Amino acid sequence: MMKRNLTTHHSATLSAMERQEEDEDRVKLFGFWSSPYVYKVEWALRIKGIQYDYIEENLENKSDQLLEYNPVHKKVPVLIYQGKPIAESEVILEFIDEAWKHHGDRILPEDPYDRAMARFWVRFGKDTLSPPIWKWFTTQGQEQEAAYAAAVEQLQILEKELDGKRFFAGEKMGLVDLSLGPFSYIIPIYEEITGVKLIKEEKLPSLLAWMDNFLNSSIVREHLPPMDKLKLRCQAIREAFLKNTN
Amino acid sequence: MSSTKEEAPAVRVLGLWASPFVIRVLIALRLKGVEHEVLEEVVGKKSELLLRSNPVHKKIPVLLHHGKPISESLIIVQYIDEVWSSNAPAVLPADPYVRAVERFWAQYIDDKFPRGIRILKGTVDGNKDEIVEQLSTALQLLEEAFLKLSNGKHYFGGDNIGYLDIALGSHVGWVRAVEKIAGVQLLDAAKVPHLVAWADRFCAHPAVMDVLPDADRFVEYSVKYGSFFPTRSSTTK
Repeated sequence: MMKRNLTTHHSATLSAMERQEEDEDRVKLFGFWSSPYVYKVEWALRIKGIQYDYIEENLENKSDQLLEYNPVHKKVPVLIYQGKPIAESEVILEFIDEAWKHHGDRILPEDPYDRAMARFWVRFGKDTLSPPIWKWFTTQGQEQEAAYAAAVEQLQILEKELDGKRFFAGEKMGLVDLSLGPFSYIIPIYEEITGVKLIKEEKLPSLLAWMDNFLNSSIVREHLPPMDKLKLRCQAIREAFLKNTN
Repeated sequence: MSSTKEEAPAVRVLGLWASPFVIRVLIALRLKGVEHEVLEEVVGKKSELLLRSNPVHKKIPVLLHHGKPISESLIIVQYIDEVWSSNAPAVLPADPYVRAVERFWAQYIDDKFPRGIRILKGTVDGNKDEIVEQLSTALQLLEEAFLKLSNGKHYFGGDNIGYLDIALGSHVGWVRAVEKIAGVQLLDAAKVPHLVAWADRFCAHPAVMDVLPDADRFVEYSVKYGSFFPTRSSTTK
């Protein structure tokens, strides 16, 4: 599809087809206000300086468009690029870095070994760290205690990897920071609700500092979910889980 | 830059021949024509080198490149593609969108097949009928994806095997083995004809044929070592 030189047209005189083509070229993101996966994608787009149209989904009543664009999982986020959908946040993050390679900062490092390490820690966050944290938040009693211990064990591994660096990627944020980033506001919410501290200064000082660095970075602090609303939602989620197991 | 016979080879793979995740790494190395040494682990006993190289997960496969360890099969495959980028063919497609599509499906495959195969093998408890239905649905979706991505050519990657071919193809050995073990049909020519034809082509590919044995060998392995498998997989994805 040839890109039209839009400066030769006044928008009022654009034909319906031209308007549709212009519309198709815009990046769109289907999301939900509390989804950490959506925020990762939005921060990545902001790092690259990409303009996008955001469409808020009602996850209890998903739009036809969402179901058409992500028939396999029916989930957000879904990024639409030139009218074509991409789903799964990790996949979207790598896509953003590759499609806009020369815009803004690189999200993944250049060196193949460093890239492999970044991908490793992203998987670690998803497969190894998230499950016990979620379990800790949604259970009680012995089950919760066991999950807490497992979560701390994985966090200690992460602490070692971070090793006092400002971000996992070094001086600037990268893929791993974006991927683990939501923990920086979710864990404090979970701690407040459960009344238990997961990230203690004496045991996980680098991680505690990283959470601060992440939340205060220019990209992130300008775009965070509404915390009070999120806390209420998390509270309701915990209560629902505890109710179900009784 | 070649190593003398006294030095450790530049590229070593820690693995088990029957692991589809290890098979992925071997296919990628063979595809790129990279000389490598395979260190076969002993089933049920992890070597010191493995424990040292992958202390976080203690799982195979691990690629050691000049001694530096890389873990997780799909991460290793991408690493191989990026390091030996001047060796044809490219494993990941050039276009970022097509890459995203292949990565999406590779993730989907690893969400469905490893667990499903374990249940059908009998090493993990589960509802076999439900799993057969899930895997059949997955294969149906992959059949459609194949038609779109292959564009009339032989592989997901087009003229040659690529990332998604390797991601799915590495599971063909065990898929065919559990068909025999559980007495079920998964790669059904009536339901997924293109995938069945693709699977045969994949298994006969020069980079694949020596590292992806026949289903019978996997069945034998399952009989021999079934009791050695812990309830959680001993291999990484």
